Amino acid sequence: MNTEHFPALIVVVPLLLSFVVFAVGLVRRSLCLPIVILTLLACLGFAIGILQSVLTKGGTVRYYLGAWDPPWGIEYAVDHLNALVLLSIAVVSLLVAIHSRSVTAKEIPASKHGPFYTLLLLQVTGLFGMTITGDVFNLYVLLEIASFSAYAIIGMGEGGAPFAAFRYMIFGTIGACAYLLGIGYLYILTGSLNMADLRQLLVPLYESRVLLVGFAFIMVGIAIKMALFPVHTWLPDSYTLAPSAVSALLAPLFTKVGVYVLLRFLFTVFDPSFSSQMFPVLKVLGGVATIGIIFASIMALAQTDLKRMLCYLIVAEIGYIVVGVACANRVGLIGAILHTVNDIFMMACLFTVAGSITAYRGSRNIELFRGLHRTMPVTLAVFVAGALSVVGVPPFCGFFSKWYLVLGTIHAGQWVYLGVLLAGSLLNAVLFFRVLEKAYFELRDESGHAEPHGRKRPLIDRIPLTELGPMVVLALLLIFLGLFSNNIIGDVIEHAIPQTMRIH
Amino acid sequence: MGQFNYWVYVVLIIVGLYGMMAKNNLMKKLIGMNIFQWAIILFYISIGAKKGGTIPIIATTNPSATVRAIDYINPLPHVLMLTAIVVGVATTGIALTLLIIIYRRFRTLEEDRIIKALRK
Amino acid sequence: MEPVHSFAPFAAVLAPLIGACLILLTGRRRPNLRESWSILAAVAQFGFVYSMVAPVLKGNVVEYTVTEIYRGMALQFRVDAFGMIFALLASSLWIVVSVYSIGYMRSLKEHAQTRFYFCFALALFGAVGVALSGNLITLYMFYEILTISTFPLVAHKETPEAIRAGRKYLVYLLGGAVLVLLAMALSFNLAGTLDFSPHGTLVGKGSQGELQFILALFMIGFGAKAAIMPLHEWLPSAMIAPTPVSALLHAVAVVKAGVFCCIRVILYIFGPNAFSSPDVWFILACILAVTVILANLIAITQDNLKRRLAFSTINNLSVIILGAALLSPPALKGAFLHLPFHGFLKITLFMCAGAIYVKTRKELISEMSGIGRQMPFTMAAFTIGASGLVGIPPISGFISKWYLCGGAFKAGELIFLFVFLASAFLDAVYFFPIVYAAYFGGKTIRIDEAPLSMTLPVIACAAASILLGIFPDLIFRFVSLANLIVQTVSGGS
Repeated sequence: MNTEHFPALIVVVPLLLSFVVFAVGLVRRSLCLPIVILTLLACLGFAIGILQSVLTKGGTVRYYLGAWDPPWGIEYAVDHLNALVLLSIAVVSLLVAIHSRSVTAKEIPASKHGPFYTLLLLQVTGLFGMTITGDVFNLYVLLEIASFSAYAIIGMGEGGAPFAAFRYMIFGTIGACAYLLGIGYLYILTGSLNMADLRQLLVPLYESRVLLVGFAFIMVGIAIKMALFPVHTWLPDSYTLAPSAVSALLAPLFTKVGVYVLLRFLFTVFDPSFSSQMFPVLKVLGGVATIGIIFASIMALAQTDLKRMLCYLIVAEIGYIVVGVACANRVGLIGAILHTVNDIFMMACLFTVAGSITAYRGSRNIELFRGLHRTMPVTLAVFVAGALSVVGVPPFCGFFSKWYLVLGTIHAGQWVYLGVLLAGSLLNAVLFFRVLEKAYFELRDESGHAEPHGRKRPLIDRIPLTELGPMVVLALLLIFLGLFSNNIIGDVIEHAIPQTMRIH
Repeated sequence: MGQFNYWVYVVLIIVGLYGMMAKNNLMKKLIGMNIFQWAIILFYISIGAKKGGTIPIIATTNPSATVRAIDYINPLPHVLMLTAIVVGVATTGIALTLLIIIYRRFRTLEEDRIIKALRK
Repeated sequence: MEPVHSFAPFAAVLAPLIGACLILLTGRRRPNLRESWSILAAVAQFGFVYSMVAPVLKGNVVEYTVTEIYRGMALQFRVDAFGMIFALLASSLWIVVSVYSIGYMRSLKEHAQTRFYFCFALALFGAVGVALSGNLITLYMFYEILTISTFPLVAHKETPEAIRAGRKYLVYLLGGAVLVLLAMALSFNLAGTLDFSPHGTLVGKGSQGELQFILALFMIGFGAKAAIMPLHEWLPSAMIAPTPVSALLHAVAVVKAGVFCCIRVILYIFGPNAFSSPDVWFILACILAVTVILANLIAITQDNLKRRLAFSTINNLSVIILGAALLSPPALKGAFLHLPFHGFLKITLFMCAGAIYVKTRKELISEMSGIGRQMPFTMAAFTIGASGLVGIPPISGFISKWYLCGGAFKAGELIFLFVFLASAFLDAVYFFPIVYAAYFGGKTIRIDEAPLSMTLPVIACAAASILLGIFPDLIFRFVSLANLIVQTVSGGS
């Protein structure tokens, strides 16, 4: 199979088909979702093909758009890191799209389905593009594509959603513009916008103050997009009020692509020694992430809204990943990358469940979850899988990435990071068991009497299979990813570590 | 003080940020955002300017005439900023749509009143 | 000692897992079918475990690798004599308790029975997994599964008190698990592997200070599950659970898993040669001795029968670990024997308590006068169990206590000999009044025993304790296994 054009196709196909979906949406609404699913299936195929070509080549696959050589033309560069992220995006977006069928039917008025799915495909286009591009300005463009689709699609929710989307937009634009300003500085210094090219051109310039300012702007921009404490404030409101399918898509993916961009800049565009030895970048990031983990975990405990609680959990998870990066050693970085991938699947699992519960129960309030195990047993079981993975129970994938993060902090001698990681684990456990307690146990008084419910317990939840299937698949993937951590790390992640760090 | 263009952009960025953060009215926030974005765009364009450079179109039809890049101002930032302007326009479009929906639902564009309405 | 590759360990662990799924699918609609899955899984598990006794006794290690997670870490079963003892105990008693629970749950018409049997099967999946694991990672995984699957069992009653007990349970055990994770990571950092080695995985690695810190972390982490004081608080609170849960899990599987892990760490991660000075072990032994005495003293003050038994368990668990910490061969042998013997004895006592509750709804000892005349067989079994724990021959408890005392003597630590004897004396102080009051108090009532499905297991376990007291190597080969472990562990020194 000729996979040569896959890097371009994975961005172009959803882009073009989003317009097709819009047109079809005006004529026959019921065809929108099937087209979306077919597109995402194609993208999954492309992502698999790209990963295979990277593995067989053993290095970076480069694609020159329009056959213009870099640094004049825009280049798409795929190495092990982004091939892995691409595949994760493809799998999760496909599963979430399938899941969205019945959930969206309940939440979005039928007349808006066409635009909704258009925006969904545009969103996915932006995410794929951000991951695969090798040009910093192209990254900005695709970042903005992903961002506006996010603003618009979040605004389609009920109640305060447009307001949350507007505030997200204000904040997000500051971030994107800061990034733009930053790469402007890089351009002034080097005249190049190509990542690989910049890497070489920037080396003699590391002492320059202009470069430092540019780097700082870029970091601020990425931090906002990544929802790193303290610039994470846009996340809880917007993801909570967004329609269920939207939060299920964005929550796992958007911030993790932001993390990917961070990794790209820290380790590909700039040499790793720039951020670890020359300037205390990693120390600052680590410190900020540490506070973020504690803050977010405590905020999560205070929530009664299930989705909001999960939103704060995302912020905490991003903190874990950044702590792994901040350890500045091989093991910590393996942990960070593995946790990025694992978190994509864990959050997808949890948010799809939250979406189903919201649609079925009509409320996200945890206090009202009594008796949920009777009506939605399989959905809750999926939630348990996600919860155990976040807490870090083997054989779920979450354990293995936590293990590497812990090892990384020990190797680096960073006892504060270690303490925060472990404390975070415990706080996560409390968080989830609170919900599970409410969902699984009845309210009984001291003598053991409860209100009779009478209804016979169904074996499988009475929700459509298109909704249940993806959730079960995600839960199984969590176990699968855990057991195959060896292959993932050995064959893929190890190769993504920059050369200078491999000796650690 | 020679590079006064940078000072202009700094002022514009600060004005834009002030608008986005401190103003209560959503429309004013949007205007602040726009000012912020255009300031950055102007910054980029000014990078390409050269003393004594002319517009970047090759005037001679003689293919063997030497073309010195130093005679022409740098077109690349202009090109990049065309994209950025489009991005800015799209952002403004979405923002205005959101403001319409917000106005329809809450009958006001003042941030504090909307927050109060949501808390109820 | 070459490894024998066999599917048996994995099968032994899969049996309850498959059983659990079948129980869940069968559900409330066909209770008889559902219960038979429990019993079938229990029998199958015991069968697989027992099939490995022969190769293990020859000195081989039965091995099965499920998957290699990463360099130095694999999900691997490696069955040696020590794991065998625990596995035999847990799997054989599961059969007994399954029969017992059927009687108990049905007599009381309890709610959520499917969840009960499902979690029970999962708990055995975890417990036997802990027993058969070959390295810390596998052990940790099954340990966590054990904690999480027993949580719904502890909070089964769903009353506010039960839910509080469940929360306390989770806080202690998950908190301990986090410390274990840290200790594991530090060990891996020093040793590059998490495998158990009879000569001590951490011997010669790292400084004395580091090793002491890691030992402390392991002991606190696993000690929470082994109810070492002051981390014991969750166990008496957990007595709110239905008696079959208390019986198997808290007298046999959950706390024994904690003890098992503690000893695994002491002998196989550290080993007798890990520390240059014996003071470290002495300090550990002192802490355990405090638990031994204190728990028995508190037990005397408890009127609730199950709570008294809970403190007795806390006492016995620390006795076992103390035996291991003394490190002399007879003490080790005593510890290895007391683990299963105490299991059989304690489960008899708990099942008696449950039978009494089902028949008379009584929980307090002060109300139980004359119960011996109403339920003679049950009380006879109780008497046997109590006597065994005190250490009266010919019941099995005497043998393990004999070796423990001998071991303290041999190690030259006479203070611990005194501790063991005092503990036995205190046992008598709080057990015999129960027996006395049961037979010689109250009014005469006609004989009215609990249902057969409950009384039979009780009598079976009591009888087993007597038989094991006379022929300690009977069927399970506990003595041979214990001898083998002592040989392997002390052989190097």
